[in-house]
Amino acid sequence: MHITQTIAKGFLETLEMTGVATAVAYIMGLPLGVLLAVTGKNGIAENRPVSFLLGSILNIARSIPFLILLVMLIPFTRLIVGTSLGTEATIVPLTVGTIPIVARMVEQSLHEVNPGVIEAAQAMGAGNLRIVKEVLIPEAGPSLLMGVSINIATVLGYSAMAGFVGGGGLGDIAIQYGYYRYETDILLITVAMLVIIVQFLQSFGERLTVKIRH
Amino acid sequence: MERELKVSREEVIFRLDHVTKIFGKKENAVKAVDDVSLEIEKGEIFGMIGMSGAGKSTLVRTLNGLESVTSGKVFFEGKDLTELKKKELLKIRQSIGMIFQHFNLLGQRNAVLNVELPMKIAGIPKAERHAKALEMLKIVGLESKEKAYPSELSGGQKQRLAIARALAMEPKVLLCDEATSALDPGITLEILDLLKDINEKTGITIVIITHEMDVVEKICDRVAILDYGRLQEVGKVGDIFTSPKSEAAKRLVYPARDTANPFYMTDRRCFRVAFDGHSSRETIICDLVSETGEKVNILAANTKSVGGIGYGQMIIEIPETEEGAALVLDYFKRRGVFVEEVIDRKAGAEEKKEAV
Repeated sequence: MHITQTIAKGFLETLEMTGVATAVAYIMGLPLGVLLAVTGKNGIAENRPVSFLLGSILNIARSIPFLILLVMLIPFTRLIVGTSLGTEATIVPLTVGTIPIVARMVEQSLHEVNPGVIEAAQAMGAGNLRIVKEVLIPEAGPSLLMGVSINIATVLGYSAMAGFVGGGGLGDIAIQYGYYRYETDILLITVAMLVIIVQFLQSFGERLTVKIRH
Repeated sequence: MERELKVSREEVIFRLDHVTKIFGKKENAVKAVDDVSLEIEKGEIFGMIGMSGAGKSTLVRTLNGLESVTSGKVFFEGKDLTELKKKELLKIRQSIGMIFQHFNLLGQRNAVLNVELPMKIAGIPKAERHAKALEMLKIVGLESKEKAYPSELSGGQKQRLAIARALAMEPKVLLCDEATSALDPGITLEILDLLKDINEKTGITIVIITHEMDVVEKICDRVAILDYGRLQEVGKVGDIFTSPKSEAAKRLVYPARDTANPFYMTDRRCFRVAFDGHSSRETIICDLVSETGEKVNILAANTKSVGGIGYGQMIIEIPETEEGAALVLDYFKRRGVFVEEVIDRKAGAEEKKEAV
């Protein structure tokens, strides 16, 4: 059953691309989001020049269409992974393209934290680092988690485009078999699988958020 | 403006020296606090009262540096807060607790963890701060709510939790920023009783910011009255109630405006009479009539408990004749009752914006 194996392989590749890209995007994007939030207007370490500069860079990065970003980053991808083709290679532009979105969403989640609680922490003698660690991030927890669930789904969607550069994954199969070879049934199956995965991630994220929100 | 003479410098815990705070620049500049100087004694319950916008919230925040001052100095136990480095200021804040109108508890943490927070910030180890937190919850009557989250607590319980948190580091002062303004009257009294109890047991200094005179009358020893950022009057609560001198004080103390109250419609001379618990037990008005033969018309009256003592005030219309008026005045003075002509009819005539 050649095709089943292909689809199974594609499924795992999709998960790998999505998982790694989201994880690394958060590792890099979370601190950037925190920086944006604390240096922004009314932030605990307000610094308008820094916040403006960082914000502008992220806005530019966010504006580049993913496929163009993919192509633009080919030299960089080659540097890191050794090739510009395949699943691992696709993770690079996926990650880079997601970092600005993660940063903005983290910034937004942190902004929603009740300023009164921040003031109370300051009144207790907490320094800025302490406030980020003990107040901002825990209090923004549910909102941050919701953000993760939304971002994973978005990355999954982008990973489907990996097919255009031989990146593997379900999207690749959909394009190779469904688009180039007109095998509509395979197209439908792979798309259905993508939809189901997104649904699952979304609802799992929602239920987890509700559970941890007090 | 009254200045109280201190017996010795050590008794003063806070000293504000010509403190001014300006927000904004040039044309948009707003003087939230305008040249305020006052002293707060160790162990007292000190009130700061004024209408919204009077500058009291800004002023209390200069006491722990949450607001910097534009000019002037703030001394805490003799140390000039305006000269301190950030690190030193953070350390001092561990000696100054604060509670807020909207509680400001960490919603994603349970009660005991909320109380542990100031101790965590101070670097106290887990076992020790957990034990202390449980002890604090007991003091405020929340020991059964240890694992509860703030969203599961009532308003009064939240504020008690906030008090437990604010006192966890055993601070020397507790700042209360409109701490009862969001609570029902019954719960307000409970919280005020709790604060009074803590003050009596530990001698902690308490600074109470409020716009309700009832709160001040219930537990404050002295009060500063603020209006338009300026200090209008400061003194013992009983004294201010009996003989308010400033516009702002009169507005707060005089009986509330009432459309049925003829005080504001009469043209005749009126006097305000104020007496404390001793004289209010006697039959002041009855004796007045029988002794002087003069009749007076009571236009407004109320009684209140100020610091546990019953105070009363009346606005009376006095006799038309000069001799009659003099007799009445003389009578009150003989009886040791404070009496003052009401010259400015506007005093007390504005709507008192009580808490909704």
